[in-house]
Amino acid sequence: MLSEIALYGAFETGLIYGLVAFGIYLSFRVLHFPDLTVDGSFPLGAAVAAVLIIGGYNPWLATGAAIIAGMAAGAVTAILNVRLNILNLLASILTMIALYSVNLRIMGRPNIALLTEETVLTPWYDIGLEFHQVPVLLFFIFAIVMLFLLWRFMQSETGLAMRATGANPRMARAQGIATGWMIILGIALSNGLVALAGALFAQSQGAADVTMGVGVIVVGLASLIGGEAVLAPRSVLRALVACILGAILYRIAIALALNADFIGLKTQDLNLVTAVLVTLAIVLPNARHSIKNFLSRSRT
Amino acid sequence: MTSYTLKIAFSALLLVLASAVQADPKVVAVTQIVEHPALDAVYQGIKDQLKEEGYAEGSDVTYMHESAQANTATASQIARKFVGEQPDVIVAIATPSAQTVAAATRNIPVVFSAVTDPVGARLVSNMEKPGKNITGITDMLPLDKHLDMLLRVTPDAKRIGTVYNPGEANAVALIEQLEERLKARDLTLIKAAATKTSEVLGAARSLTGKVDAIYLTTDNTVISAAEAVISVGERADIPVFAADTATVSRGAVAALGFDYYDVGRQTGKVVSRILSGENPGDIPVSGVEALSLFVNPAAAERMGIELAPDVIEDAEEVIEN
Repeated sequence: MLSEIALYGAFETGLIYGLVAFGIYLSFRVLHFPDLTVDGSFPLGAAVAAVLIIGGYNPWLATGAAIIAGMAAGAVTAILNVRLNILNLLASILTMIALYSVNLRIMGRPNIALLTEETVLTPWYDIGLEFHQVPVLLFFIFAIVMLFLLWRFMQSETGLAMRATGANPRMARAQGIATGWMIILGIALSNGLVALAGALFAQSQGAADVTMGVGVIVVGLASLIGGEAVLAPRSVLRALVACILGAILYRIAIALALNADFIGLKTQDLNLVTAVLVTLAIVLPNARHSIKNFLSRSRT
Repeated sequence: MTSYTLKIAFSALLLVLASAVQADPKVVAVTQIVEHPALDAVYQGIKDQLKEEGYAEGSDVTYMHESAQANTATASQIARKFVGEQPDVIVAIATPSAQTVAAATRNIPVVFSAVTDPVGARLVSNMEKPGKNITGITDMLPLDKHLDMLLRVTPDAKRIGTVYNPGEANAVALIEQLEERLKARDLTLIKAAATKTSEVLGAARSLTGKVDAIYLTTDNTVISAAEAVISVGERADIPVFAADTATVSRGAVAALGFDYYDVGRQTGKVVSRILSGENPGDIPVSGVEALSLFVNPAAAERMGIELAPDVIEDAEEVIEN
């Protein structure tokens, strides 16, 4: 059904989008901040990394710079919201559209090819694994390291303060938490993760393209919600594992859809399928709840 | 009796031979970044060309075709899917799709199509001898042929003007190339910049008195406002030439354009060469060969020149308005 290479490809892209799902977990779930900046910070990470790599810098340094650029973009959105009192959704849209121009400026053209450049992946091709297995291994390590760091962060004092900010801002303020700073930090971290994903994606795909951010938010959200549906996120650790799991499952679903000519599904249907899945995943838990309520009420 | 057995044995042998000769259909996998008329025409052109060369769909060749709906992550998964299926050739239409395929395989033959700058996109390092598993067709404008056409109509032109948008990557690349080609012919390029359609008229006016002819590339901003340049050309008696044929019916003197269907046709030729055993690394990357000349004699008159009868005769299409 699925070829081995297609399956590895799904894992590879899924692990990268797992990082996006981490970012969206931070903004949507922890801070309750619908953040569309990610559609711009994903290509931003790719652009910064690509420009530095073709400029001859070390790919790891370039990837690190991409994270910092993403954090700056996230901070701009949060500052627009916290300091200038612009509605969070609108603030993120403003940063997102601004980033399109910024990304074009950074790259100087719409597409920068990295096919023949030294990337973070290059040295790993010599360790004796198959060509298509290398990125999966490397990105798995990336995902695990980020998962561990995020998990520890969430248990730190700052992490707890951030969770309190999202759960009940008024109470958090009463406890002396600078909620504004927590939002800025959280959205910055979130977009730093997304920019990291963008940087890795560009390096594995061989190019940074100014259009590559389109729909990142929806895919990230689909991964997050899909993961939560499979693995009930009762703890932070489980929620983070669910992010990776959901992102990989989403990619496997797409790989299957690409092979699903027999049920008449084509790639052009994917956006619709994604939208339906996200809607179902959001609606179904509530529906289940109200059905249960309805049944218990009718029994009494 | 013996002859009967012999007959059976013989026909059995023939059957075995026949089935050995009739190989499985070749598999051509086509990935394109997005569906729009030009890129769809490329796919159609590929299929028609292969059909013409004797590859009947179903028996000699089967197609896999996916569009990434403008999503690079999907494009990458399509590339992985195709690589996993081990087709005979992967055709990648437009730059982002070609790059994802190039990143996904180093041994399956890849033919890209409708890529403007294959060297800049790092698909090949050498247009003449690509070397690896990739070759293809570029939709770069045939600037030299365009200049030949321009000079055929206006042989005395020494200073060529153009309007372009410095913010458009493709346009800037074309202008740089154009400047080089003109220099090689001892002609000068005089540029006027317009960053948005509303500035095109002013930019075209700034060329009056400085140029003998105007040539417009496929710059999206400028072509959206081509009428502004044409009206300046008519008032100041400067013939305006275009890279795309559609602009001729809007009032340009002439254009030597190509159709994306022909880009597909030419891509099909390369695909067929690879199917018959050629190595992609040995096939040079080529531009579009089939070009059609569109002329507009009335527009020429309005811009103060007359089209020679032989030019009109050579034209594929003569626009009368």
